[in-house]
Amino acid sequence: MNWIPTTVDELLRRALVSEMTVVGRRGQPVTHPVLPLWDGQRIYVTSSVLFSRKMEHIKRDPRVSIAITDPEACGGMTARCTVQGDARIFEEDPHETWERVVPLWREKEPAIDLFLGKRFALPLFFERSLIEITPRRAFWWDDGRPEAPPQSAMAPGA
Amino acid sequence: MDIDRTLFEKLAAYDHVVVSWVDDDGYPMQTPAHFTADPGACTVRLAPTGIPLPADREVNLIASHIRARPGTGYDQRRYLTLWGTLVRDGDAAVLRPRRAWGWDEREVPFFEYSERNNEQARRYLAELSKERGEPVKPRLSRFWTVFVATRLPFLTATFVPILLGVAVAAYHGAFSWWLAIVTLVGGAAIHIGLNTANDVFDSLSGADEANVNPTQFSGGSRVIQRGLVSLRQMSAISAGAYAVGIGVGLYLVVDRASVELLAIGIAGMLVSVFYTAPPLRLVHRGLGEIATAVGFGPIMVLGAYVVQTKELSWEAFAASVPVAIFIALILYVNEIPDRAGDAAVGKRTLPVRLPQDAVVRGFGLAALSAFVFVVAAAATGLLPRPTLLVLLAAPMALSVYRGIREHYGDPYALMPSMGRNVALHLVTGLLLFAGYIVAISADKALDSPPGILS
Repeated sequence: MNWIPTTVDELLRRALVSEMTVVGRRGQPVTHPVLPLWDGQRIYVTSSVLFSRKMEHIKRDPRVSIAITDPEACGGMTARCTVQGDARIFEEDPHETWERVVPLWREKEPAIDLFLGKRFALPLFFERSLIEITPRRAFWWDDGRPEAPPQSAMAPGA
Repeated sequence: MDIDRTLFEKLAAYDHVVVSWVDDDGYPMQTPAHFTADPGACTVRLAPTGIPLPADREVNLIASHIRARPGTGYDQRRYLTLWGTLVRDGDAAVLRPRRAWGWDEREVPFFEYSERNNEQARRYLAELSKERGEPVKPRLSRFWTVFVATRLPFLTATFVPILLGVAVAAYHGAFSWWLAIVTLVGGAAIHIGLNTANDVFDSLSGADEANVNPTQFSGGSRVIQRGLVSLRQMSAISAGAYAVGIGVGLYLVVDRASVELLAIGIAGMLVSVFYTAPPLRLVHRGLGEIATAVGFGPIMVLGAYVVQTKELSWEAFAASVPVAIFIALILYVNEIPDRAGDAAVGKRTLPVRLPQDAVVRGFGLAALSAFVFVVAAAATGLLPRPTLLVLLAAPMALSVYRGIREHYGDPYALMPSMGRNVALHLVTGLLLFAGYIVAISADKALDSPPGILS
């Protein structure tokens, strides 16, 4: 996905937390902190059935955005970005479908293997849906100053 | 809705917020923003941003924090999120939130946070089932489901007294491998029946549902609450386990032709069933510790002894006393984090009835009395002197006591002490068992063993 600016690509690769906004039942914004996974094409977020309200919202309206704004969560990188996109949910088998992104998850949170090994202790946490976000528009602040207008880029054909 | 002022004080600790709204094209839009929180006015003032903030629609502010932990991931998760409509104030915008939500894992540990959302998980899976037209259920491998549902690791509570009863019998010259193994199988089956029946009755009464602080030692197995095993399946497991236990018990009664064994078996069954079952519901009346002590102490030790010897014995009874005390203390300590959930459903356990100081002191006195009893019994010749090995576990008991005293109100900080307390029962039981092995070996190896070995 070569239209994604380098800064945004780097932030998505590094971020340990992002703020994902979905559209709520009344059309209001609802924001959740999530771990964003990035394969260079699409953003992936997994969500336990324990915290599945966001999936209910996405099923009604798949339009979402993700903001990455915390330098502590990005290895000291001070740039910031917001990515808007369209979400799809994969949950054919909530026990296993999401496991295809475990390699991406492991890169950011190596301790996940430890938790997976103790899956029996918190089984519902590992019944998960996989949210795949196709970016359509990105805004970014190279210097991280929110008072400045961001740069922006749009997916071809969006 | 009024928002607690402390929320604004907490918000002030964050570096920035992310403001979100739904843009005219229907996509959410987000921008970071600097802010100042005013706890007095209950407002958040947002500095000007490069992307204009809307004043004509609802916005959502979120402040979140993690601490990156290279090599593992992250910790110190917390966030606050607020909803409202912005009002312009010069270049700035002011939010007087109408609604707020948040989580801080220092205040609500992740396990509790997850437990509080069991209902949401069940609801979502039910919706998914409706969408698909087939049931979508959480899964665990068969092994782990059985392991968790039956609380298999707690079977040490059965193995310890049975091994001890067999050891006392062997010390008295009676020992059969076959009978020892059959006794262990029967005891384990009854114990599994008890564990699963406990989950069934605590689910029916709502005690497990009301408990949002379960740990690996307390709050039941949670397999029903997590949708892994249905109430009906759990009831079937319990009935099956009891059937096996009763069958084994009847075999032993017939094989050994022992009225004493029949009486012990009936007593054990009654204590096991009425531990949580109505009408007695012993654990609801603050009698759980006594029932557990009797069931996993004298009944198990004497039962195993009678199977081997066909006789009752004061020595076997004496050997069962410290085991009974320490098994009762497992229940006692495990009830500490359960006390709010138990109280909510009228389960009047000792930690529900007693103040914190009394509960902590109660543990200390009970543990001390177990050690004093063994010393007195060994000194008077009721128990062989090598059973004094049990004193090696005294520092462990002291460590559990300190842990309870320091972490009484924090279920998750209490967990290591709960684990040590389970180990304390196992270690004291095994040390008593080892004491008997030393005494048996000395008897066999020496014509006239010295007093310290007999």
